[in-house]
Amino acid sequence: MKIAWRFLLPAVAFTILIGFFVVGLQRDPGAIPSPFIGKPAPEFFLESLGDPAWKVGTEDFAGRPWVLNVWATWCVGCREEHAALLSIARENRVPIMGLNWRDDRALALGWLEQLGNPYVSVAYDPEGGTAIDWGVYGAPETFLIDAEGRVIKKHIGPLTVETWQREFLPLLPSTGKRQ
Amino acid sequence: MIPELGHFALILALLLSTSQSAFSFGGAARGNAAWMAAGRSAVVGQFVFVAVAFGALAWSFVQQDFSVLYVASNSHSELPVFFRVAAVWGAHEGSLLLWSLCLAGWTLAVTAASGSLDAPFRSRVLGFLGLISIGFQLFMLATSNPFTRLMPAAAEGRDLNPLLQDFALVVHPPILYLGYVGFSVAFAFACATLLEGRLDAAWARWTRPWTLAAWLFLTIGIALGSWWAYYELGWGGWWFWDAVENASFMPWLAGTALIHSLAVTEKRGLFKSWTLLLAVSAFSLSLLGTFLVRSGVLISVHAFATDPERGIYILGFLTVVIGGALLMYAWRAPRLKSEAGFEATSRESFMLFNNALLVTALSLILLGTLYPLFMDALELGKVSVGPPYFNLVFLVPMLPLLVLLGIGMHAAWKRGLLGTMRTRLFAVAGASIGASVIIGAAAYGEVRPMTTIGFALAVWVMLSSLLVPFARLRGRQPLPAAVLGMVVAHFGIGLTTLGITGVQSFKVEKDFALGIGDGATIAGYEFKFAALRDVRGPNYVGVEADVVVSRGGEAVTVLKPQKRLYNSGGNALSEAGIEVGAARDLFAALGDDLGQGRWSFRLQYKPLIRFIWLGAILVAFGGLLAALDRRYRQRVTARLDERAASVA
Repeated sequence: MKIAWRFLLPAVAFTILIGFFVVGLQRDPGAIPSPFIGKPAPEFFLESLGDPAWKVGTEDFAGRPWVLNVWATWCVGCREEHAALLSIARENRVPIMGLNWRDDRALALGWLEQLGNPYVSVAYDPEGGTAIDWGVYGAPETFLIDAEGRVIKKHIGPLTVETWQREFLPLLPSTGKRQ
Repeated sequence: MIPELGHFALILALLLSTSQSAFSFGGAARGNAAWMAAGRSAVVGQFVFVAVAFGALAWSFVQQDFSVLYVASNSHSELPVFFRVAAVWGAHEGSLLLWSLCLAGWTLAVTAASGSLDAPFRSRVLGFLGLISIGFQLFMLATSNPFTRLMPAAAEGRDLNPLLQDFALVVHPPILYLGYVGFSVAFAFACATLLEGRLDAAWARWTRPWTLAAWLFLTIGIALGSWWAYYELGWGGWWFWDAVENASFMPWLAGTALIHSLAVTEKRGLFKSWTLLLAVSAFSLSLLGTFLVRSGVLISVHAFATDPERGIYILGFLTVVIGGALLMYAWRAPRLKSEAGFEATSRESFMLFNNALLVTALSLILLGTLYPLFMDALELGKVSVGPPYFNLVFLVPMLPLLVLLGIGMHAAWKRGLLGTMRTRLFAVAGASIGASVIIGAAAYGEVRPMTTIGFALAVWVMLSSLLVPFARLRGRQPLPAAVLGMVVAHFGIGLTTLGITGVQSFKVEKDFALGIGDGATIAGYEFKFAALRDVRGPNYVGVEADVVVSRGGEAVTVLKPQKRLYNSGGNALSEAGIEVGAARDLFAALGDDLGQGRWSFRLQYKPLIRFIWLGAILVAFGGLLAALDRRYRQRVTARLDERAASVA
């Protein structure tokens, strides 16, 4: 009997899918190995969101601690954390840089105009290349970088003021404690 | 005591599903009528005991039995009794019980209505449905028992998630599950057909009303979920392309393709193996959705408790059920031949396009949903796929689909089209484009390319649908319920397109910080923050704002958005104030207290958004009309055996 291979295709595709699921189950999509903790922050140099002619990047903050917040207008959690970012920015303890990720420039600027702008500058990353360098798998994510340019903290998901005070503030030099 | 009875009933139900399968398959294989009858009795028994288990869990909720872990985790002494019943399906374990109850209900309905099918085939269908029941009941008893006791009992429950304490979310899961699980009927029919290795027109006629019924429940379920997200989540979006939403949308797309391809198989005996594959796929995607949602392999904004052990169980179950069905397909489908041919502009080819485009959209959405998983498994990094991708890959197949839909409805079976309809269709197309420009320019003062395309397609689909009854009545042809259902459903698709185009093109969403007496203007409406008062509900306290809306000095409405804090703790919940209108919704959500009497507000103007859900209701109603067509209720007297296609 001639075997009709094309009728086997669905079963083959399904088998491959199951293989991926088996691997996927061994992994926790929420727990990101943070290879960057304690390591130098990946450098980038990107167009500013507000002005394509202006370039912003990691070296803007050389020699002082800063925060990188990855956001996008399509990201629901980003809207949730926005108020917290605004109040953190008002404390003026540390500059927050935004990384606008896979987004539309006009939409993103509209968002900042509507909701308020907590960022000292925003880098525009429409292709997501820089976000991949930083191991970002989903917005929002927030990184704390120390004065030596090392990533010392990473938070996944919407940031709250409580989380900020409990997990970020103690790492900042002026509170006297360093890890 | 009651929970133990429920637990015991669940065990009995599992034993009965096992006998349902064993006696049905055994009886069909040996031609033993007594065994096949025993299989049918087991169906009734299984339904009764699943219902008893479900009732026992509902009773524990109503009685506030906090010695049951599941009740203590999902209820609270102040929870109103209506929501206590709904809390049964508020989390994983109870959802499974509801799922199992739906399956037992569908199986019972099939048993009751299938007396005219030939006995071995009927038994095999019940055998496959029994296998699915076994899987779910075993899953519950092994990993997710809702009757597990908590010793010592909790003094107070942890409460149902406040987001779920809402009418739409009370009815959303049962309706959605009726849809998901309903595809199991088409699946079991397909499996029984593959097992027997023959397929005839009666098969398709039998499967159609069941598929339509499942599909219409799924349509309503998805629409309810979208409506809920709009008014309850507080930011006024209506679709997020979240993994959980995609999990319900993919079976819908497969089901939509299936009801069209079933029509071809019934009328013309074509697409046989393809229809079977779609029937297998629709239910497989429902199961896959369950796996994705429950196992934690993907991240979703929907917070389900996830558990890898459960994931492994579901994965094993998926492998057996879907893998088994696909292997049977590979073995048997090559023997199912379609002999007839058709011309390029016949209805068959439009159905082919319909299926191709729907399956394309489905595949691309599946790819986007699973892409983060693939990349992670291949160690290529963690990625996230957002709405920009999904909007694009959905739009690209949908635009030609809507164009072809308007023509395909008028095409005749087998022969090329369209004769006198051609002139009318040209007129309708011209009218649609004209109407689209006029709507854009007159109502919104703007003509943009995508908006014009969207409105034109919406009007095109609606007018072209209406042309069907018009032409039939003029030609003094009958208008059976099936045709009327098709017209209503397609008209609904047009309405939904109209709503999506309107809201995506002209919505205004703005955030403001307002003190009492302050106002803000969006889209020509003045919103004034007039007052703030405390409110108290049965199990929450909160504040309510009066937002007075006027337009050109004339009062329009008073919106009353609330911010609630549930007594059981947790995050504050925003209840939006919405003024509903055919032309537009006005939407105010109360945000945070900014101090000094100022509050943040999110104000929105949403033109035509109601048509998205109104259209979905019409789509479901069209499905209902078609499912109730008289010819499905006539006894299938003789199975038209196609011996050429049968196993010799």
